[in-house]
Amino acid sequence: MKERIEQIRKAAAAAIENAEKMENLNDVKVSYLGKKGELSKLLKGMKNVAPEDRPKIGQMVNEARAAIEEKMKEKVDVIQRAFLEEKMKSEVIDVTLPGKHLESGHRHPNQIALDDIERVFIGMGYEVVEGPEIEYDRYNFELLNIPANHPAKDEQDTFYINKDILLRTQTSPVQARIMETGRMPIRVIAPGRVFRSDEVDATHSPSFHQVEGLVVDKGITFADLKGTLQQWAEEFFGPDTKVKFRPHHFPFTEPSAEVDVTCFKCGGKGCRMCKGSGWIEILGCGMVHPKVLSDCGIDPEVYSGFAFGIGLERITLLKYEIDDMRLLYENDIRFLKQF
Amino acid sequence: MNTPISWIKAYVPDLDCSVQEYVDRMTLSGSHVENAVLLDKNLEKIVVGKIEKIERHPDADKLVICQVNVGTETVQIVTGAPNVSEGILVPVVLDGGRVAGGHDGSPNPENGIKIKKGKLRGVMSYGMMCSIEELGSSRDMYPEAPENGIYIFDGSRNVKPGDDAVEALGLHDAVVEFEITSNRVDCFSMIGMAREAAATFEKPFHAPVVKETGDDDDVNKYISVEVEDTDLCPRYTARVVKNIRIGESPEWMKRRLAAMGIRPINNIVDITNYVMEEFGQPMHAYDLETIRGGKIIVKRAADGDTYHTLDGQERKLDHDVLMINDAEGPVGIAGIMGGENSMVTDDIKIMLFEAANFDGTNIRLSSKRIGLRTDASGKFEKGLDPENALAAMNRACQLVEELDAGDVVGGVVDVYPNPVEEVTLPFEPDKYNTLLGTGVAPETMLEYFRRLEVDYDPETNLLHIPSFRQDLRCSADMAEEVARFFGYDNIPTTLPRGEATAGKKSFASRVQDTAMEVAEQNGFSGGMCFSFESPKVYDKLLMDKNDPLRQAIVISNPLGEDYSIMRTVEVDGILTSLAGNFNHRNKDVRLYEFGNVYLPESLPLTELPDERQRLVLGMYGEGDFFTLKGVLEELFDKLGLAGQVEYEPSKAKTFLHPGRQALVMLDGVEIGYLGQVHPMVCENYDMRKCSPYLAALDMPSIVEKATFDRKYQGVAKYPAVNRDLSLVMDKKIFVGQVEKIMKEKGGSLLESIELFDVYEGSQVMPGKKSVAFSLVFRSPERSLEAAEVNTIVDRILKELEKKGIELRA
Repeated sequence: MKERIEQIRKAAAAAIENAEKMENLNDVKVSYLGKKGELSKLLKGMKNVAPEDRPKIGQMVNEARAAIEEKMKEKVDVIQRAFLEEKMKSEVIDVTLPGKHLESGHRHPNQIALDDIERVFIGMGYEVVEGPEIEYDRYNFELLNIPANHPAKDEQDTFYINKDILLRTQTSPVQARIMETGRMPIRVIAPGRVFRSDEVDATHSPSFHQVEGLVVDKGITFADLKGTLQQWAEEFFGPDTKVKFRPHHFPFTEPSAEVDVTCFKCGGKGCRMCKGSGWIEILGCGMVHPKVLSDCGIDPEVYSGFAFGIGLERITLLKYEIDDMRLLYENDIRFLKQF
Repeated sequence: MNTPISWIKAYVPDLDCSVQEYVDRMTLSGSHVENAVLLDKNLEKIVVGKIEKIERHPDADKLVICQVNVGTETVQIVTGAPNVSEGILVPVVLDGGRVAGGHDGSPNPENGIKIKKGKLRGVMSYGMMCSIEELGSSRDMYPEAPENGIYIFDGSRNVKPGDDAVEALGLHDAVVEFEITSNRVDCFSMIGMAREAAATFEKPFHAPVVKETGDDDDVNKYISVEVEDTDLCPRYTARVVKNIRIGESPEWMKRRLAAMGIRPINNIVDITNYVMEEFGQPMHAYDLETIRGGKIIVKRAADGDTYHTLDGQERKLDHDVLMINDAEGPVGIAGIMGGENSMVTDDIKIMLFEAANFDGTNIRLSSKRIGLRTDASGKFEKGLDPENALAAMNRACQLVEELDAGDVVGGVVDVYPNPVEEVTLPFEPDKYNTLLGTGVAPETMLEYFRRLEVDYDPETNLLHIPSFRQDLRCSADMAEEVARFFGYDNIPTTLPRGEATAGKKSFASRVQDTAMEVAEQNGFSGGMCFSFESPKVYDKLLMDKNDPLRQAIVISNPLGEDYSIMRTVEVDGILTSLAGNFNHRNKDVRLYEFGNVYLPESLPLTELPDERQRLVLGMYGEGDFFTLKGVLEELFDKLGLAGQVEYEPSKAKTFLHPGRQALVMLDGVEIGYLGQVHPMVCENYDMRKCSPYLAALDMPSIVEKATFDRKYQGVAKYPAVNRDLSLVMDKKIFVGQVEKIMKEKGGSLLESIELFDVYEGSQVMPGKKSVAFSLVFRSPERSLEAAEVNTIVDRILKELEKKGIELRA
């Protein structure tokens, strides 16, 4: 009996081993473990076994059954695995085909540059404010120490609505408006659209943007102006950026300066973009003129401040190496998609 | 302002630095250099040569063979120049040398042209004789140079073979162009720039020494001057030169003028130009024989007067134009241009010199009105120093004597009723340091000031500002002088101390940022359009002749009609941009723009208009009305306004399709619109066969109500009951109307309504459509019974029946 069980076990094991498909395994299952299978037949022959041996034989049969089942399970895994492998071989895709995605729109490069500028100054504790684009002469010129008939009025080629109202030529009138409120300390930037009567060409536009900055408090110094713009330039253009202040003149600041940064294309070595100088002029700035402070109701003996004005388009064109300013206003999707 | 360094060195002889160093340091002390041109760029191995012998070339009719003595040796040079002859002295570039360019007038190559020995038609040539153009210059600067051929040194230039020809021509020089700011009028002169150079390089400054001039004769016997309008002419000085001897100016003067781009003419004209550049003070010369009555009267013209200026043009005058008159009438327009009737000619015998001071603003405005801008008016309009007028006058007379151009009559007529008063400022070193954030020693500051000719009186602690520094008027001005010479570079970098402030953006900006993000996520790209446009836009948009939006603000001096009004309607820019894209065959374009419209309270404008920011979305290609509407819905959802917005069918916007437009209503108020662009408008914008869609929103109205606040509403605990309703209704009934009834009758237990099908076709009666909704009912407090939901649904159906809307059979 014992030998018989062992024989069945071996035969079953061999049959399982030879099975290639699930059908073969099923056959094996039926012929060895099924109701009419070999093991069942054995159990049916138990009546010929001595009663005292029956439990022992029974246990042996169960062990054999378990062993065969275990073997089968292993083989099922192998066959299924092989089947899956085979199936996946037929499911190969061309991974070099382009990816699919939701087509997002693109932000205007001028807006990206503005977002970047704003982010840095907000981080430095500045509030972003705005002022009107159609403005009184008083704010655009008079309160900024540019009285009637001042040559600077001509230089800026102003669009007039009438003698008192004009299209602002600069964002500086926002300075006057903020100072007039009398709230101290002042730490603001004022981005916005400005207008000058320049014909449209590759480097000029009658409408462009500036970002004005103004800080007024007790004890503000020119050194603070330098430090602030140095920090901004490092964050905006990169940590290796150097800043150079050159004396200049603006009616509403004294002392005044123009600021150059190391060329962000060549890093200061000199290239076509910086015309070989290694420097690029990016903004004008200075200490708020005492007359401007007092005309706006702030005592220049107590308070001092600095102001700066960044030409946004200039920075956008340089940063993205755009060679024609007209592209910014044409809104051609082939241009916008590149940002 | 162009300044040859050689001329600057005439006043600062110790100035000794490279051109680059000069440019850099002048820029950092406040004189911004625009450009520096090295006149001897690419000029190498060029010497004076003497042609000893000329022979014919055996194989070429147009070439000759010259033996040229170049000092150290005699070299053979083959040339085709037409103007060679034995014995002349010429510039010669030797083998291995370099010249600036060719002689045909084409632009000079960056690195010049290298000259090598070689055979010309079989004969060796060891160099080249040069034309003035090959030396990088022009006949404007060297009028004696021939039009065609090599430059020939005339006897006046003391040269011998072997000399440096570049030196002999004065070309070892650089012309530096400075950008002078409007506050530094004194720097529009050679002396002013020399003073800055001397101060920058800490070298002594030698102003020209002006000597006493004139004979025993008395100027008052020849001329008297009367200034009627002293407001426009604060000072008028006059002197007389008799026995005029017109001739050529000396080489040094011609050279300096030429370097400034002024063509030398004759000694008298050259002197007036020279003094104008040297002192920054325009001079004028009249033929005294043409001055009637021996009298000059300075007064305003009368409205409607005309006058012939010396360029032969007739000029229209008005009451604000200042004129120089003699006893009988005008002889020149003050400060702008002299007259034909008093101009200096070659046979002049006696001359009246004028150096006056005119009001800068008046000159600027007059020259604009007359349409005549001259070198003189360009100087005057900056507002010159009256003190400078007499100094310049005396300098000019000194040059007349030095050049022997005539005999200067003794004395000067000087009408100067209100001399400028000296300005003094307290010396406040602490204040300067406080403003700058520096610790510059007071003695150092005084040293800077001394270099600028600002004197200090320790007794009174006052700084005495020289009259030519009209820009030094307060302590901040003095602080800038300290900063310039201390060096902006040397000022420390610090950050503002004091009360900390929170960086922030306005709520409106946050709303705008959200809108940008939503637009971009939906495929819209940011555009940028002009704020001004053409008044024709209204017709293009089919707007009614009486539409109040046609009341736009007009620019009084626009760039042209196309840019003449400030927009009151927001769509022209985006429509134009869509058309541009369409005509470039760009597919599926979606654009958005944030821009203002400018709505005047009344016209003409007396107060600032209402500037309203508008968001405009425009698209064509893939997508339709509902794509665009979906973007708006998403935006309102993000801004917490989803439940407050309704879309009202409309025909109001003339530029939109009358059957495919809706007004966007926020809490019952119109805040925008969307729709398909009217086909005729498409045609007006030159995009036939394109069906674009537009949406516009008034941002201030949205900002007023938008909120980013959210409160947790809990997650439903009890199950929902769903009911699908398939309804048949008239085609003309809008889904919105049906939903409105469902909401009204559904009450608080109706959680949501979702439209899932709209069908028009053979399965329904003609003129009808089938619309299917899925309704969700739920109570936050309990499980709903089927019966009570049925009651609500019945209520809804009953109400719908009144509109002829029925359950689909």
